[in-house]
Amino acid sequence: MTTTSEYNPRLHVGLLEELVTNVSSTDFPGHYPDEDHSWDLSKFKKKLQVKVQKLSARSIEFDLVGVDASIANALRRILIAEVPTIAIEYVYVWNNTSVMVDEVFSHRLGLIPLNVDPALLEMKASPSDQATDRNTIVFKLEIECTRNTAAPRDSKDPAVLYNNSEVLAGHLQWIPQGEQADVFIAHPPAPTVPGTVLVKLRPGQAIEMEMHAVKGLGKDHAKFSPVATASYRLLPHIILDEANPVPPHLATRFRDCFSPGVINVDPTTKKVSVDERGVRGETVSREVLRHPDLAGFVKLARVRDHFIFNVESEGPYEPQRLPLEAIRVMREKISALKAAAEALRAQGEPDGDVQMAET
Amino acid sequence: MEGHAGDESWGDSNKVEWHGLGITDPIKKVEDKWLLLPAFLKVKGLVKQHIDSFNYFVDVDIKNILRANNKVTSDVDPRFWLKYTDIHVGFPDRTDADAIDKSVTPHECRLRDTTYSAPILVTIQYTRGKNVVRRSNVNIGRLPIMLRSNKCVLTGRTESQLAHMSECPLDPGGYFVVKGTEKVILVQEQLSKNRIIVETDTVKGVVQASCTSSTHGGLKSKTYITTKKGKIYLRHNSIHEDVPIAVALKALGIQSDKEILLLTAGDSEAYVNAFAPNLEDAARLGVFTRHQALDWIGTRVKVNRRVVGPRRPAWEEALEALATIVLAHVPVAGMDFRSKAIFVATMTRRVLMAMNDEKMVDDRDYVGNKRLELAGQLLALLFEDLFKTFNTNLKSSIDKVLKKPSRTNEFDAWNTMQFQGDHITAGFVRAISTGNWSLKRFRMERAGVTHVLSRLSFISALGMMTRISSQFEKTRKVSGPRALQPSQWGMLCPSDTPEGEACGLVKNLALMTHITTDAEEEPIVKVAFMLSVEDICQATGTEMYASGTFVVQVNGTIIGLTRFPTRFVHNFRRLRRAGRVSEFVSIYINHHHRTVNIACDGGRICRPMIIVDGGKSSVTEHHTELLKQGLLEFDDFLRKGLVEYLDVNEENDSYIALYEPDIVPTTTHLEIEPFTLLGAVAGLIPYPHHNQSPRNTYQCAMGKQAIGAIGYNQFNRIDTLLYLSVYPQLPMVKTKTIELVGYDKLPAGQNATVAVMSYSGYDIEDALILNKASLDRGYGRCQVLRKNMTLIRKYPNGTYDRLADAPLDENGQIQKKYDIIQLDGLAGVGERVDPGDVYVHKQTPSNANDNSFSGPAASAPYKNAPMTYKSPVAGYIDKVMISDTDNDQTLIKVLVRQTRRPELGDKFSSRHGQKGVCGLIVNQEDMPFNDQGIVPDTIMNPHGFPSRMTVGKMIELLSGKVCVYSSVEDMSRILIEHGFSYAGKDMLTSGITGEPLEAYVYFGPIYYQGASREGGLRLGEMERDCLIGYGATQLLLERLMISSDKFELNACQTCGLLGYRGWCAYCKSSKSVAQLTVPYAAKLLFQELMAMNVVPRLILDDA
Repeated sequence: MTTTSEYNPRLHVGLLEELVTNVSSTDFPGHYPDEDHSWDLSKFKKKLQVKVQKLSARSIEFDLVGVDASIANALRRILIAEVPTIAIEYVYVWNNTSVMVDEVFSHRLGLIPLNVDPALLEMKASPSDQATDRNTIVFKLEIECTRNTAAPRDSKDPAVLYNNSEVLAGHLQWIPQGEQADVFIAHPPAPTVPGTVLVKLRPGQAIEMEMHAVKGLGKDHAKFSPVATASYRLLPHIILDEANPVPPHLATRFRDCFSPGVINVDPTTKKVSVDERGVRGETVSREVLRHPDLAGFVKLARVRDHFIFNVESEGPYEPQRLPLEAIRVMREKISALKAAAEALRAQGEPDGDVQMAET
Repeated sequence: MEGHAGDESWGDSNKVEWHGLGITDPIKKVEDKWLLLPAFLKVKGLVKQHIDSFNYFVDVDIKNILRANNKVTSDVDPRFWLKYTDIHVGFPDRTDADAIDKSVTPHECRLRDTTYSAPILVTIQYTRGKNVVRRSNVNIGRLPIMLRSNKCVLTGRTESQLAHMSECPLDPGGYFVVKGTEKVILVQEQLSKNRIIVETDTVKGVVQASCTSSTHGGLKSKTYITTKKGKIYLRHNSIHEDVPIAVALKALGIQSDKEILLLTAGDSEAYVNAFAPNLEDAARLGVFTRHQALDWIGTRVKVNRRVVGPRRPAWEEALEALATIVLAHVPVAGMDFRSKAIFVATMTRRVLMAMNDEKMVDDRDYVGNKRLELAGQLLALLFEDLFKTFNTNLKSSIDKVLKKPSRTNEFDAWNTMQFQGDHITAGFVRAISTGNWSLKRFRMERAGVTHVLSRLSFISALGMMTRISSQFEKTRKVSGPRALQPSQWGMLCPSDTPEGEACGLVKNLALMTHITTDAEEEPIVKVAFMLSVEDICQATGTEMYASGTFVVQVNGTIIGLTRFPTRFVHNFRRLRRAGRVSEFVSIYINHHHRTVNIACDGGRICRPMIIVDGGKSSVTEHHTELLKQGLLEFDDFLRKGLVEYLDVNEENDSYIALYEPDIVPTTTHLEIEPFTLLGAVAGLIPYPHHNQSPRNTYQCAMGKQAIGAIGYNQFNRIDTLLYLSVYPQLPMVKTKTIELVGYDKLPAGQNATVAVMSYSGYDIEDALILNKASLDRGYGRCQVLRKNMTLIRKYPNGTYDRLADAPLDENGQIQKKYDIIQLDGLAGVGERVDPGDVYVHKQTPSNANDNSFSGPAASAPYKNAPMTYKSPVAGYIDKVMISDTDNDQTLIKVLVRQTRRPELGDKFSSRHGQKGVCGLIVNQEDMPFNDQGIVPDTIMNPHGFPSRMTVGKMIELLSGKVCVYSSVEDMSRILIEHGFSYAGKDMLTSGITGEPLEAYVYFGPIYYQGASREGGLRLGEMERDCLIGYGATQLLLERLMISSDKFELNACQTCGLLGYRGWCAYCKSSKSVAQLTVPYAAKLLFQELMAMNVVPRLILDDA
């Protein structure tokens, strides 16, 4: 890790009581006179670290160390807005006698996360494109609520009294089109969370509709975003003043100003130290700065190039696949940009100004 | 306790006092006494006053009115008479003649555009030939029924029964359904009747005491006792000239000057001196005896010339006027004018007091001098007028029949009654639906009494039910009536009043207010006499104004004297607390006037308070415990004498503690709960006591526009315009009022996560930044439902309108605009309607008004009269209703729905009067985020805070943030425990650069209400000036004329006057008439100038 025990404005973001200092990185050429900060692949390779800290079925926490905020942010933005997923886009309502009107119900259908691997589908170039088995997945919902004749007389629970009292995401039926039956044989398209309640029905109400799911991007509509959250925070860095240690009688109060497990107090000597492993759990509530008698012993900071990413997947991707997908999208974007830049350079004179095309 | 050393130390510790309590005293704070509020609201409050007043009218007052007008006789046949013996109002039923099921629900009336009304049934006795016949349940007309009154089918129903009737259980009722629209009769504020009000005009130096008399069935009249050049006169509309007070009193039977002096001035030197010239006045006029005085007045009385009867002597005229017209409310029994004389003397004395000490004038704006008139009273007036007219009409038609010399069968008045038409029914419907209460008989001419119940949101409907409108003109520039009155405390909401011209004139009731209905006066007078009050008729001025003697008044009428006012009042209150007299009777001592006032009249504002006895609250922990268990109800608290109602006057004669620790030995009452001083609408504001007061007022206006849920029956309603929120949320930060009024069940708003920071510059001037992903996920989505209606009519010539299926064009295809029309000629439910589409394909016979047409109806030629969708945005057919109105015309209502998502320019508001429009919609990835990855739904500019000082909003954010984790106790502590900054400020990272923001950002949930309404922006005077300054003439021309009120004008170049159709009427020529385009307003100005004899001549020139 790149932490040092001293506050270093080049590495650290300072957290004062009402101010955050040194938020921008300064390691670029020309910022410091007589220092060379030109980008160097080998240096970058040495600095760059990625380490998965936690992984569960739906989320991943990983550290990304040694990159600039712009790169980390690009990753985050792409995760939210540009990694494609599949979601219901067109709803054909044949019948809907529920209390929920067609538009609202359709909107809810759109928000259902589906388990379809986006790699298996093409994106429609334009909304007017013909729907084919390569770009559209068809679902059907046919449901009617009836009375449960076997229900006990005194029952008040709608789930007992009626059949299909709730329409769940799991009620969506996939209708394979063309070659889809073979392509999706291993993973039949379905909602990732079948228990999501879409609407409640009562006897006599019925819904019959057909849905077309297509591939899309989160920047178009939030329903295409593959993540529930994709964000990062900087690694907290707590700097105790060596010259001015916390006196024993204040130690426990000092410890309680931080998140649990961040500050260790020696049981015998009452000496205060920072737990290097626990410090990432610090929420930086700045509580310690509020107490004048405690504020003097410590400086709060965050490491500027240490990003603790937290990504929660809400779609077809396993969480560990999401950063990779995002990087793939990023590389695509870079190569597109590169190609465009090169094309531009090829057509213009090398040292002349590039003319913008008139439109 | 003496002598024990150990006890001494205890005794010492007892001396440490905090609010009069020692530490060893039991902590006597009654927790949960606020639970009396929900118990109160169950039996009274908010809308109950409307309902109580209507019930009183239907059950009691209508019978009184009948009794006062119960006989119809004939001028032709002296043997004939008809007498009403009983009257009652039935239950609402269906008027359709062929209906089998006569039951009707209010919701059916709303949908069918009919009136929710019940028959008024009377029992009559009349002569038929030589027999006396009795008939009961004779229908004389129909009365619109107030919802949830005791005649309404909804009263006492369970939630599921209400659901079967398509009615919302949270709907407050208290309004009428007339011709399908919901109408509220607003509470009217008036100066109290039958009371003396003393005022001074400092400019003219006039002191005047006035009294408006009002009795049942009688006329209203106002009597003044006023000063003129230092002398006192009685003035009344029915007397031409001001009557010198001595003459007036002599005419009323006080003949001796000594007695006059005693009754008016008493033995006070100052008053005697001030009054003495008046006695000289009478002597100068030569009036010494009563007869002389009556003669003097009699010659000046305005006499209603009767056609018949001999002319009466002047003194008789005077006697009648004095007995029946002047101060009509003071009873004159058997020509005994004593009490009226004393009343006039008292008024005179009050004038003398005010002349002597300018502080003795009354305050018109004091709430204790106000009476509120409710639906019941207004309907009673209307009914009395209609009933009298009904009887006059009945009499004249009976006379008409009886005049006929020979009849084939015996005359039965009942038959005549059946043909009286629907005068009463139509009268009620007309008055309620137009709001014009014009009753010539009572000299009453009021417009705008009723209003359409606003269903913009649940709160707007509820707020309308508590609204009070004042009789003051809005244009008058006096601040008094508009100002907040200290006596308003707890009775009228200090926050809820509109801004602008009606500010302070339109008020709202507070949460715990009740408005009294009339109670019988007689038993109270009897009780007073039993409690040792001496009859006033036995008293002279010496006794009346003796020191220690207090005059006892009941509803403003002087009944007697008491020498022990405190004891009398105390005993009277004990009787009231024991339930021997009505709980709404108030009694208080006025030390300035040295009177004890008892009031039992209707329209007084009152509210309940806990009785404090011997320095202790009589409601204890024990009682609230029983209340919680449901073993006690509010009425039990009243009956047990733990709680009582105080009206404004009595409240101001009491010593009321706000909180329990504030109780001192002299305390008489304890507030039930301080927040009840606010009304239902202001009660929605969280932490209102932290806000600058105008913000609470702004919020009261805005909370009513918030889009949310309207009622449980909102999807069954077909309203002209209905706004519904798709996903309304219960606010994170609730007030007790919210739960009490049911706002938690029908909310209007959503909890938005707000970051208070500036972003992008599109957030200046209160604009808000919205997160696009939040909108994608359903934040702020609303539905707009619009009603479209048509009648399929039958015409007098036998032809009728019809619905037709979609016509085919020449290619045999259905045109695009008819593509949603089904075979029945109506659009299918769920179909999308695009602009220009036809959704009801109606056809009308082209000869509908041709009464000579006699062919078969179906052969009539038809022309298309389709209903076309005009809105520029497509909608969906939500509902199609086919029904018929009460006059048998087929009614078709089509409800068209639009679902809208927030867009730029839509208005949002928090609950603190902080409104703003959406200035920019930002992608989620561009929004800042905190450590946990939370992205705000809304970004609010912090510049909204310093000048608005809405600290309540900041606390709402903080406690909302805490409530995400647990309920609020110590907000900042919980925040710290969960790893947040104690101040609510989070460290955010910019979504654009990815770097941390340099300041911490106040971040948390605030309840936001959406109020999107299609509003335009006004190009006002100042904006116009800017454009003139800039020189944008074409823009001005387009905005102010072409798109506004363009008008083609003919003007004569010769005379410069306006012409018409190319002809100048002045020059009698068309030679030099030119056509030019001007705004209509300009043309109107020219014509108005000409009407005022100013000639504007246009000089035309080629530009």
